[in-house]
Amino acid sequence: MRIRHALGAALLALGLAAGPAAADSSPSPGASDGSGGAPTQAGTSFRTATEIRQGQQATASGSTGDYLYWSFPADTGQRPTVKASVKLPQSHGSETWQLDVYDGLRRRQSCQYGASTRTAEPGTSSVELACVMRTVRGWSEPWANDPLPGTYYVRLTVVDLGAGDLGQPVNAEVRVDSKDIGGAAAVDGSLGKPLVPGIAVTSASQDDGSRHAVLSSFGSKDGWSSGWWSDRWVWTVIGGVLAALAGVGGYALTRGSGRPRNL
Amino acid sequence: MIRRQRLAAGVCALLAALTAGLAFPTAAAADETEQAAPKVELVLDVSGSMRTRDIDGGTRMAAAKQAFDDVLDATPQDVELGIRTLGANYHGNDRQEGCKDTAQLYPVGPLNRTDAKTAVATLVPTGWTPIGPALLKAAGDLDGGDGTRRIVLISDGEDTCQPLDPCEVAREIAAKGIGLTIDTLGLVPDAKTRDQLSCIADATGGTYTSVQHKEELTDRVGQLVHRAADPVVTPVATSGAAQCEKAPTLKSGLYTDRAEFGQQRWYKVDVDPGKELRASVSVADDRAVNPSYGVLLRAVTLKGREIVRGEAAGTGRTDVVSTGLRYPKPASDDDNAPAETVCLEVAHSFSAPAGVKSTPGLPLELTVDVVDGPAKAHDVAAFGLGRGWWLLGVLVLTGFVAGLLWGWLSRWRVAVWRTN
Repeated sequence: MRIRHALGAALLALGLAAGPAAADSSPSPGASDGSGGAPTQAGTSFRTATEIRQGQQATASGSTGDYLYWSFPADTGQRPTVKASVKLPQSHGSETWQLDVYDGLRRRQSCQYGASTRTAEPGTSSVELACVMRTVRGWSEPWANDPLPGTYYVRLTVVDLGAGDLGQPVNAEVRVDSKDIGGAAAVDGSLGKPLVPGIAVTSASQDDGSRHAVLSSFGSKDGWSSGWWSDRWVWTVIGGVLAALAGVGGYALTRGSGRPRNL
Repeated sequence: MIRRQRLAAGVCALLAALTAGLAFPTAAAADETEQAAPKVELVLDVSGSMRTRDIDGGTRMAAAKQAFDDVLDATPQDVELGIRTLGANYHGNDRQEGCKDTAQLYPVGPLNRTDAKTAVATLVPTGWTPIGPALLKAAGDLDGGDGTRRIVLISDGEDTCQPLDPCEVAREIAAKGIGLTIDTLGLVPDAKTRDQLSCIADATGGTYTSVQHKEELTDRVGQLVHRAADPVVTPVATSGAAQCEKAPTLKSGLYTDRAEFGQQRWYKVDVDPGKELRASVSVADDRAVNPSYGVLLRAVTLKGREIVRGEAAGTGRTDVVSTGLRYPKPASDDDNAPAETVCLEVAHSFSAPAGVKSTPGLPLELTVDVVDGPAKAHDVAAFGLGRGWWLLGVLVLTGFVAGLLWGWLSRWRVAVWRTN
């Protein structure tokens, strides 16, 4: 009995210890690597979108009316939050700015919370926009447009403006951070390749050793979580151990204290 | 089987991660390229109005020269840069002659900074503003090669050579499918110039900037030249058909096409069993369109059954409307199972106000990726595992009840054994 207890406790401890360790060992491509070398410009289309990492403060200067594009990687279990701020010229009319997020298939992604569209009244010096996306899942049915691991595009633009404001200089800042939702969002199944545009071409050209411009350079084999780990393993293992202990406890109850007297 | 493979893969990944010090570098495929040199042509308006002194106290011409000097110094090595002028040579009043006045000041090619600067220094504001013809010639200058092409147009007034509308010219250049972008900079914030220059920019997916200060001009031109140096995937021009049977077969890659208003475009893609087809499409509005629009991308079998569709709609100002789909074809036990031909249909619901030309069609960008298929899900939750306090409660209760039952059972058996 004592051995069983010890074994149970050891298993439990192992499960708890293995949990965070294993979670750390599947580094996400969106891991923040500080602000060193943050991009200072933005692309102008999906094709030319500037790649940023999560946790990087990307800046760009442009003109009112430009469509500014960035792309970032998001992995399974992450719930990305995109924040943008635009510094407006000193004098301007009423302008409506909008932040849109698209996935690797260029499908528009909804925001759960956050003001992704805001109107700047004349005299305001900046606009702050935010979009809290849905949690990125490891797998979904082809007919759903759930967020899947891969590249995401951010488009920042003015959607409504007076003609006189077109072409005025503006400065934009964009930052993507994500919250780890963990096992609550862990689903079964996984994608063969993350939703990174051009990944079929990229992997082919990597094989023959030559290098070409790519639609999105986020790793095809590296950096993405393999999708097998979630804290569901810990919960289930602990549940099994506790069940075994409870079983032992229940068994012990029926036996009274120690051996039957007359045996 | 799949689970086991995945588990094994997971364990391998874990080990690899631990040995690699928990740091996976991402692929650096975009760092270097074998692409052809990007070409940029700066098109400068040298019409008489450039003499006006309204940019930081100096003439517009002086500001432009200063900007060119700075930009030429900072031009990246691999960019082939050329300079074209418009309205630089003809002094007279003959419109016919004045509207032909565009000349290549410095040919597109490897840059000799001294020569280029000397050439710029000789410019004197002179004649008319033939923007349309200058753009046509500039597009000709940039012909050839596979690199990106960019025209940066700096002007201070609207085109004085109607009826050739420079905006139409820009659209025609874009319709050639040579991936040319025109960025415009306006030196005067008046409505007509702004409308014309922003129309030229929109027609080719470029940007329009209104410039009032010298530094703004330098910064912006420099930024645009640097942007040209960034490696970009050049799309392949294709032409979709009206029906699936006649559609071109596409492989993984990036394609462009044109889709007129109310026109459907069909393409074919071969998908092997166990592979996943991913397609996304963007339709750009390169002219004035009505403010509500949409795009539809359908994957259809050869027999006409719809497999999956992607749709998007929107209202208001936009550059593109885009959508995508993915279709994983289930793996087959038969190794020789043939590839399935999937038809892709693209339709957009942009509409043009009266008076807007409907040809050429709107530019359409299509990406096709055929990759390995996904692992099939067996359960909603990962590996069918549970999570949460209810799970623990249920397991504990079950264990406890099982323990009790087992205990009673063994007591009963002992009792039976003893009585025997």
